[in-house]
Amino acid sequence: MKYRFARQQLSIPYAVFLLCFVIAPLLVIVYYAFTNGQGNFSLANLTDFFTSPNTIGTLFYSLLIALTTTWVCLLIAYPVAYILAQSNIRQKTVLLALFIAPMWVNFTLRILALKEVLTMLEGNLAYYPFMNTIIGMTFDFLPFMILPLYTTLMKLDQDLMEAAYDLGASRTAAFARVALPLSIPGIISGVTMVFLPAMTNYVILDMLYNSTYIMGSLIGSYFNAFDWHSGSMISIILLLIIFLITWSTNGFSEKESDREAVL
Amino acid sequence: MMKKILGSAWLGIVLLFMYFPIVILAVYSFMDTPTIGTSGHFSLQNYVKLFTTPELTEMIMGTLSLAFKCAVIATILGTMGAIGAFYSRKGMRGFVVAANQIPIVNADVVTGFSICVLLIVVLGMDKSTLWPLLIGHVVLATPFVYLSVVPKLKQMDNHLYEAALDLGASPAQALRKIVLPQIAPGIIAGFFIAVTLSLDDYFITTYTRPATFNTISTYVVNATRGSQTEIKTALWALSTIIFVIILLAVLIGNTMSNRKAGEKNEYNEI
Repeated sequence: MKYRFARQQLSIPYAVFLLCFVIAPLLVIVYYAFTNGQGNFSLANLTDFFTSPNTIGTLFYSLLIALTTTWVCLLIAYPVAYILAQSNIRQKTVLLALFIAPMWVNFTLRILALKEVLTMLEGNLAYYPFMNTIIGMTFDFLPFMILPLYTTLMKLDQDLMEAAYDLGASRTAAFARVALPLSIPGIISGVTMVFLPAMTNYVILDMLYNSTYIMGSLIGSYFNAFDWHSGSMISIILLLIIFLITWSTNGFSEKESDREAVL
Repeated sequence: MMKKILGSAWLGIVLLFMYFPIVILAVYSFMDTPTIGTSGHFSLQNYVKLFTTPELTEMIMGTLSLAFKCAVIATILGTMGAIGAFYSRKGMRGFVVAANQIPIVNADVVTGFSICVLLIVVLGMDKSTLWPLLIGHVVLATPFVYLSVVPKLKQMDNHLYEAALDLGASPAQALRKIVLPQIAPGIIAGFFIAVTLSLDDYFITTYTRPATFNTISTYVVNATRGSQTEIKTALWALSTIIFVIILLAVLIGNTMSNRKAGEKNEYNEI
């Protein structure tokens, strides 16, 4: 039999790669999460998570951090995106590029810079752990909120706003009843891009001051202790939260269009 | 009028928040004081240290070489995957599209941890070969290459490929001479995204790196834990250099695409 090349076959290496290094690792951590050190089935990791005040406290603390960070980012980014999208200055894209550029700079170096400046202003960063966490995360994630909001607001049909004014709406009413509802897809993709990293990016806290825990740091500490089973359980719980967020916001399609916008 | 001033003021404040720390660090990277906020004299010692300390130069070269290898593999894999899946039947395409989303929506911590458990704990791979690290970075970057190629495939006129076949080209020739040139912008963009993702990654690196190998991210995090001011101020210089490169790249890319595409769709090029 003679081999015939068909372009469909090109997907085979990537499909195999995805199976081996994306699907298989997830199956392995599911297995590890529900077994103990002897390899027997066990729910101990699950019950440990929900009965230990340390882990359950961490879950609530990171939810609080993530919620606050998301709100702060949204409240800062929305006006930025709205003003940029509405304005007709000539160098608008350069200005937008300035808001997005930090995204491409290594985040540990940016947090290093933030740490130095905050230390200069506050003295010891451990005095205000919560506030500094929020500042650090906002500093890191803000571009990821601005970009999807700007993309959606740029698509907003200006005629609709004009129509609202013609029909007697005030500027506030036109914004609240026309622009805001139409920008919800952008808000959702911005929120999904900020909320999850805010629950897991423990390096920001690690670098700023070395004390409080969020969900990601639990995985880090189990990793350091070679406790693969408990670490896998935390991963599963995070996966569940991710799944809930994407499912409830129908995020898969949103996210895709959004990432394309980033490109 | 008032509104306009308020608007510009808000943009200014936010930009200040985003850039103040980086600019301050850049200023102090040219001074001989290790504490920000104190006065010092102009000096290039941080830059000299950055390029003459073997530990630092090895770390930077290691990071760059990893990012390059990762980007080459991810670009080949992602481009092939995108072309193949685009023309495949539903089942195959559905699988690739869905599995491709997983590393994107997943938290990097979970991705890194799960790869570590599979490759190092279960399969017993040797970390010091750097293979787990490279595989981890490729997992992180390939989905974005895939996503940057797919839109170009959608925009492409499919009849050109058919025409090439009718004119006697083999499928492989048609692919090389017709499809690849048309999706090249997506491939190139994907390559650079892969490079930046690999350079920026911290989590996958921590979970898969050998104990003696550091990337910029892991090195910076370890350095902030310690109190070696010598190393710390050299990192200020590194931060400044990277920041200037990125800013120039973004601004040049922006003006070039403005000139090329006119005011209308330059946004897509960022």
